[in-house]
Amino acid sequence: MIQLKVNGADRSFGGTPELPLLWYLRDVLGLTGSKFGCGIGLCGACTVHINGQASRSCVTAMSDAAGKEITTVEGLEKNGLHPVQKAWIEINVPQCGYCQVGQIMQAVALLNANKKPTDQEIADAMAGNICRCGTYQRIRAAIKAAAGEMA
Amino acid sequence: MSSPIENVSRRSFLRGGVLAAGAFVLGVRFYPNLLSAGTLPRDTHADLAVFHPGAFVGINPDGTVWIVAHRSEMGTTIRTSLPLVVADELDADWKRVKIEQAIGDKRYGDQNTDGSHSVRSFYDVMRVAGATARFMLIEAAAQQWSVPSAECETELHTVVHRSTNQRAGYGELASSAAKLPVPAKEQLKLKPKSAWRYMGKGARSYDLEALVTGKAIYGMDARVEGMVYASVERPPVIGGKVKSYDDKDALKITGVRQTIPIDPFQPPPAFQPLGGIAVIADNTWAAFQGRKKLHISWDNGANETYDSGAYKNELRETSHKPCKVVRNIGDADAAFAKGGEVHEADYYVPLLAHATMEPLVALAEFKDGKVTAWAPTQNPQAAQDIIAKELGIAKEDVICHVTLLGGGFGRKSKPDYVAEAAVLSKKVGRPVKVVWTREDDIQFDYYNAVASMYMKAALGPDGKPTAWLQRSVFPPITSTFDVNAVYGDPAHLAQGWTDVPYDLANLRIENGPAKAHVRIGWLRSVANIYHGFAVQCFTDELAIAAGRDRVDYLLDLIGEPRTIDFTGVDYPNYGASLQTYPWETGRLRQVTEMVAEKSGWGKRQHSKGSGVGIAVHRSFLTYVATVVEVEVDDQGEVRIPRVDTVLDAGLVVNPEATRAQFEGAAVFGASIVRSGEITATRGAINQSNFQDYPVARIGDAPLQTNVYIVDSDAPPAGVGEPGVPPFVAAFCNAVFAATGKRVRDLPFTSLGFS
Repeated sequence: MIQLKVNGADRSFGGTPELPLLWYLRDVLGLTGSKFGCGIGLCGACTVHINGQASRSCVTAMSDAAGKEITTVEGLEKNGLHPVQKAWIEINVPQCGYCQVGQIMQAVALLNANKKPTDQEIADAMAGNICRCGTYQRIRAAIKAAAGEMA
Repeated sequence: MSSPIENVSRRSFLRGGVLAAGAFVLGVRFYPNLLSAGTLPRDTHADLAVFHPGAFVGINPDGTVWIVAHRSEMGTTIRTSLPLVVADELDADWKRVKIEQAIGDKRYGDQNTDGSHSVRSFYDVMRVAGATARFMLIEAAAQQWSVPSAECETELHTVVHRSTNQRAGYGELASSAAKLPVPAKEQLKLKPKSAWRYMGKGARSYDLEALVTGKAIYGMDARVEGMVYASVERPPVIGGKVKSYDDKDALKITGVRQTIPIDPFQPPPAFQPLGGIAVIADNTWAAFQGRKKLHISWDNGANETYDSGAYKNELRETSHKPCKVVRNIGDADAAFAKGGEVHEADYYVPLLAHATMEPLVALAEFKDGKVTAWAPTQNPQAAQDIIAKELGIAKEDVICHVTLLGGGFGRKSKPDYVAEAAVLSKKVGRPVKVVWTREDDIQFDYYNAVASMYMKAALGPDGKPTAWLQRSVFPPITSTFDVNAVYGDPAHLAQGWTDVPYDLANLRIENGPAKAHVRIGWLRSVANIYHGFAVQCFTDELAIAAGRDRVDYLLDLIGEPRTIDFTGVDYPNYGASLQTYPWETGRLRQVTEMVAEKSGWGKRQHSKGSGVGIAVHRSFLTYVATVVEVEVDDQGEVRIPRVDTVLDAGLVVNPEATRAQFEGAAVFGASIVRSGEITATRGAINQSNFQDYPVARIGDAPLQTNVYIVDSDAPPAGVGEPGVPPFVAAFCNAVFAATGKRVRDLPFTSLGFS
């Protein structure tokens, strides 16, 4: 059995240890906020936090998640909205929205590590998250707005 | 205009008795098993409301206004913008409006959310829907108060009679309004622009909070009790078939239940499933894993001879010979014979894939001869049609729910993937969710056509063209529906080709034949991408050859404000009448002049390795001019610090959403120029995922795109697509300005840029 914590709750998993965390979250737990986009860690739509680090859940096997604390968008903020989500609303970032949960989880990790990122630091941190609708300039603006709020 | 709308006014009965199962409710993680009542439920909350004067609106005694969104939401905010028009004419309080997504149903008229025409086609319908309800609420209040209805007015969700100081909320009036006859359209008085509450001001997406919290339900997130998952190994070459297969290893994978063959399609492909072997499993991952263990022997069929490199050469050779003339002015040959400075250029754009962030996915349940499907589809009525055809059942026995779409760009107008789910559900006897991998998505697309354009012009002593010839050759979209189609059809030739807007004495426009070896389909801006690229970059070449300022030269070619005369030309004008939507060069001039001013054209200094480019284009009835600034370093790495774009789309209902569409179009265009290229070897697609079909990431996108909307009272035009073509050309023109290297083949990696 693999033991892990998902959004603060203890979980046990007895299935195949190669199962990617993404499909455990989506198909087993029904936590569908984290998205499937490429399956090989190239697009960032599946981004969750593993022990606080932004990670691609589509290439993280359950065996590698053992003993870890997983946070998905569903557990990002217990009360209301996280400042990054508020900034996303304020700047009106999403178009189709499919990638935005991954973008937000990546941005939260960035701001937790760097309170006031520069344009280049934002570009570097967000380079793994694709938005096909092309909301990048709003993502950048929202990260800066959230940085102001979180500072 | 739209198809007729079925009048369902005052329909008070329930079909099937399942409450509002037709509604798509955000936040619901499991859909109920909808077929248990034996009849397919079609009623919306609007239908079931106490007062429901038409298909799009319902009002309950608590004052809640239900508005049906019948177009698909893939990021354009249309699910918000059209209901906003209804709410405005209804004079409703937006905070008390609830939006529900329509199922595929012909009573709503056309639902194919494609071609940037949702507002254009349904603006009037939505205004009438709102005004009808408002008219009846006023009548109800007037009767209640025994005053003439002409003395009553509305004030945010309330009917008011000022002289007697009486007021009644919409909720209070719902029951009595429901008893009144529905007025004819002629009886309605639409609001004057000065009284608009929401139109022209716009609103944010109704779903915004759901989108940032992960609660929004896309096709990928749809679930029903008892469903199984499927992943399909399709013939690698279009038209191929399974010769034989061995599934023993696949069945050994934990969670894999069975494998099922899907029949190959009968040409033409249209929206039929491609065939192959489906692996059915308890979860998505097991289905993917099982599929990797299939051993299949393929008969690749006739398209095995297709090689995209050789094909490019064939297109180019065809374009160098006389082709079919699709528009002619004067005598270009005679003018070329007189000499002048002749310029020739070949332009090329490869096959392009859509790569929506949400790979294709669909859930369907076949039960008792009927199908219920849930899909991120741009075209639910086409999904009904193909499912009915594949299963041999009536269209009325197919319900297609529309989830949110994780991107569409035209791919999700083609419901082959929805049909797969229905076909498999019938064979499995359970609800089946078909999940495409990214690799499937890239390799089994309906690609934007590969195109070769030959351009030739002779310049007179003043630098202006005395003759202009252009030939395009591309496999047409019609080939997907007609195996014999090889020439461009008028609707797609009209996309920036037969409507070259220049004031030229001698102009000949031609199109040559090309046979398709993959499925060709629409992708955001479609044929405008390659046509606009060739025309606008060639114009840039000529301006430079003539030693002219590029903006002045463009304005010279566009000429004086006039309406283009299409006499003798098959010019469908995006399905709109040329009376209502004439091709007005004055509007193209205006956006050109405005973008020059806004971008500081000619006034800004550009250091070595940086430069600006301009391009203008009308598509989907919208006039756009774009200036792109680039910086190119010694390694050929290209950055885009700034984009300025001006659009005239006539009346704009939702400016905020429109700005977002043009910001996004610049990024979409950046992907096309930087890296958009699908190739094929022996009929099979070479690319598979984002490592070999890269799309623009944050650092590849423009740092800042400034969007300016012309204030216009012209009828509404499109905004989802028209930003792409001028961006592509302006980007390439900027690269030339910065480096002296002319991009004629896309993507620009062919010249060593990245």
